[in-house]
Amino acid sequence: MISFFEFFVRFLPDLLSGMGMTLLLTAEGVLAGFILGLAATLARTYGGKFWRNLAIAYIELFRGTPLLVQVFLLYYGLPGLGITLSREWSAFLALGLNSGAYQAEYLRGSILAIGEGQMLAARAIGMSKWKAVFYIILPQALRLAIPAWANEPVSLLKATSVVFLIAVPELMTRAKLIASRTYDPISSYLAVAVLYLVLVYLVDAAMKWLEQRTRLPGLSAVNESS
Amino acid sequence: MTDSPYILQAKNLTKIYGENVIFKDISLDVKKGETIVIIGPSGTGKSTLLRCLNLLTPVNSGQIFLEGEEITAHGVDHDQVRQKIGMVFQNFLLFNHLTALGNVMIGLTKVKKMPTEKAKQKALHELERVGLADRAHHYPAQLSGGQQQRVAIARALAMDPLVMLFDEPTSALDPELIGEVLGVMEQLAHEHMTMLVVTHEMGFAREVADRIIFMEKGRIVEQGSPEELFEHPQHARTREFLGKISELYGKKEKK
Repeated sequence: MISFFEFFVRFLPDLLSGMGMTLLLTAEGVLAGFILGLAATLARTYGGKFWRNLAIAYIELFRGTPLLVQVFLLYYGLPGLGITLSREWSAFLALGLNSGAYQAEYLRGSILAIGEGQMLAARAIGMSKWKAVFYIILPQALRLAIPAWANEPVSLLKATSVVFLIAVPELMTRAKLIASRTYDPISSYLAVAVLYLVLVYLVDAAMKWLEQRTRLPGLSAVNESS
Repeated sequence: MTDSPYILQAKNLTKIYGENVIFKDISLDVKKGETIVIIGPSGTGKSTLLRCLNLLTPVNSGQIFLEGEEITAHGVDHDQVRQKIGMVFQNFLLFNHLTALGNVMIGLTKVKKMPTEKAKQKALHELERVGLADRAHHYPAQLSGGQQQRVAIARALAMDPLVMLFDEPTSALDPELIGEVLGVMEQLAHEHMTMLVVTHEMGFAREVADRIIFMEKGRIVEQGSPEELFEHPQHARTREFLGKISELYGKKEKK
């Protein structure tokens, strides 16, 4: 155990720089995924036939194939079409596209749960459909989505580890390098596990904070979740 | 505006869902300031009729005129029309993420593009009208059903509608909360707001309505003043329905 602590302290600077990349990939992925997912779910719920089908195709395609395959296709496959992306860009794109498909489903569930009544009431005072979506439906649906959606940053954070297979210098890649340099894979991967655990804890705390901040007064069902 | 004596007119409205004829050939003339109460058994198309009148549900055939202008014509902006026809729903449908004030304001700021400060003043005035100025900063979940429905009425009034449609406004309320909502509606009737009210509250119908319409199975069976309908109903079905309703209310009062 003593030796693990020594190991951990010794390689911490190296691991921390990898952690920076992991956090960056997670943040970018969640953000890009949110924008994509929101667009896809709005297209699917309120769009015309063309947009609805396009959204469904996107969601099914990226939920239906492994993230690693998507990463490889973007990094190794696109150059065949004359498009060459850097490792980081490939990782970022794959994570965003993949997360977007999942986020679309989280958001769709809560939009459906808000119900048609709110839309009806908004239309009854003369709001257009899209005004109703942005001023009435989304402010409620996004709040409602938070508890389930909060899984996504956590799950994406861990999923970023697959991009070590295209050698993006994130946490897992660093661990692999340290393992092969020190011939101590157990300490190396254990250190990484500890760091992921800390990160997940921090992201969870951020999500709880977000949930508290957006809570509506008087809705006790939300209060009971804590 | 044209010289039509009617604020709202419906001509031969028919609504069909699949095989189901919801109502057929309904014609209706609503004069300015008139309070019309529509009664009848459930499932006779009263609520659907209201939703058709403010274009929330399209009719299959027939025409609707607002101040003499046909609103069922092609190219009419439905959102514009709905600003002029207020609607109050059975289950209130307040916007749950907004305070009472926010609920009343949002139509003013986002639809009418009124400056925030002016909208706030107007919204507070409307909340005062329904007796809820002191609840302006409460969220819907912090209000009783009766208070929520009064906020919903204020929200509709804020748009300065030509007509107000009420779709069973007290049916979802506990008996002790019905009075406060009916009180607000009665006050509106005294202020000569034009109203169309679908309700089972016969006391309200008798005292406030200028005209009562009895609908059954998608048709207007009979209409007339409260005296005509309650004291001398012409049709057997009207008598039967009124009999059942008063029996039900007699039982309720005994409890």
